[in-house]
Amino acid sequence: MNLSMEEKDIIEGKKGKGMKKAMGLLNAVGKAFDAEYLVKVSRTHVALSAQEGDTYWCELLVDGGATCCVPCTTNPGWDVCSLSPYYAVTQDELSLVHRTYDVYKRIGAVMSLNCTPELELNVPSFGEIIAFSESSATPYVNSVLGARSNRESSVSALASAIIGKTPLYGLLLDENRLGTLQVNINFIPSEAYDWGLLGWYVGMHVGNEVPVLQFPDFPAQPRPEDLLYFGAEANTSGAVPMFHIVGVTPEAPTLETAFGTNIAKSTLNITTKDLAEIERKLSDEPGDINMVMLGCPHYTYGQVCEIENLLAGRQVIIPFWVLVSDTTLTIAKRSGKQQSLELSGVNLVAGTCVDQPCFKSFEDGMFITDSPKAAYYREGRGQKGFLVRRLSDCIEAAIKGRV
Amino acid sequence: MMSDRIYKCRGVVAGKGRGEALISTEAMCFYLCDPKTGLVVEKGHDIYGKNVAGKIMVIKSGKGSSVVMIDGLYQLKLNNNLPAAIICQDIEPVLVSSAVVVGVPIVDRLEVDPYKLITDGMNVFVDADTQEVRIS
Repeated sequence: MNLSMEEKDIIEGKKGKGMKKAMGLLNAVGKAFDAEYLVKVSRTHVALSAQEGDTYWCELLVDGGATCCVPCTTNPGWDVCSLSPYYAVTQDELSLVHRTYDVYKRIGAVMSLNCTPELELNVPSFGEIIAFSESSATPYVNSVLGARSNRESSVSALASAIIGKTPLYGLLLDENRLGTLQVNINFIPSEAYDWGLLGWYVGMHVGNEVPVLQFPDFPAQPRPEDLLYFGAEANTSGAVPMFHIVGVTPEAPTLETAFGTNIAKSTLNITTKDLAEIERKLSDEPGDINMVMLGCPHYTYGQVCEIENLLAGRQVIIPFWVLVSDTTLTIAKRSGKQQSLELSGVNLVAGTCVDQPCFKSFEDGMFITDSPKAAYYREGRGQKGFLVRRLSDCIEAAIKGRV
Repeated sequence: MMSDRIYKCRGVVAGKGRGEALISTEAMCFYLCDPKTGLVVEKGHDIYGKNVAGKIMVIKSGKGSSVVMIDGLYQLKLNNNLPAAIICQDIEPVLVSSAVVVGVPIVDRLEVDPYKLITDGMNVFVDADTQEVRIS
């Protein structure tokens, strides 16, 4: 890595301990990936997961005098005001979330508490160089918007927010954005859920490749939610920060353009049978359900309206949470959707992630979700059972209390 | 005493570690380890139920959410259950940056295919600073 005089001063500690730590991390990552120098970033998005590991890193930086040079938007923790009265959380868990919000405010973060910043508050344009953590956001900004971000961890994206730079390597370079593996899909996924299952399957099978997806002709362009759920799942079951869909994503007008000078290393063929198999493998045996959890990644306003349509005024009999951004919640309230859903027993909540201690009261029972990613997190947290099903099935399960 | 066999590699994350080898041909998400015991809890993973604590791990790559890896490693650190070092086939940014923060040494580009060279339980010393792997 060739560092400028200013960068060398930072790494030697002349600008404080916090900046030294952040620059040290970027330097180490740059060396690991054979970057030659650092380049400026125009936007950053970080984890703020209210998990100790991440909070520890943020404290190291801010207590060392560092603040954001490119203020980062942040992922959700959980909404302490609306959730803690309902569920058993310990004093330690409550104080961790307060400690996290405090340290992120001190470092100068934008407290957006939303995992889909690329849809509404921190939207990059084509070609912008950015550092975006969050497994659903990174593939979307690269593949759908054509911005350039590596697969940033929460810690490296925060370091970039402090320094305002990132090492030049990987997906920031033209040659690494080209496709390396062809994926033939012989059907059109019907909704975001099917795109999610497809993403999970692709992530499991492609390793660190850049997949190029070839579909039959689309009757209508895939929606942002479809592409978001595809990327979220592919980058969770595997490490897929970039994908192409021929005729859909901006760097893949044709198969030839998507591959450029590369020759496809191999081909993967996927049928609807493979998706059914994934649904089966990800789920436990059907039975009584004690919670519905939607919104991993955060549901859009359009998806909230879909819930209302499918419910058609019916009552659910188990706790039903839909995680959304503050913008979606505000608009849902203003449009009367939130009130209508509440009458049916469905709660919208902002600023919250499925992977938080406020939901641990449900660990001894079964929960149902339309997101394999949510299921994967709950498993990490000790959840006993879960079912992964499409939205309409989740709603019917909530009405009956079982599948 | 048998002399060590020494192999060249590349240092990715600084430091050194010695321990028993634990081999996985898959990518790892350290969030799916039980921090209190070091056991891998990810169903279907090829080292499900094995213990990462103090091991020299040979892994394919890092995977999973870009957010939780740091917490997985940090919790293992708090419980003294971090792996001693990692020999990685395809390094990946989330794993590398998280390992820098908690201080798990990583090496890659071993001059011999680590999957042919190392088997479970071998005594391995990884030195990312001198860029060497020693097997005794």
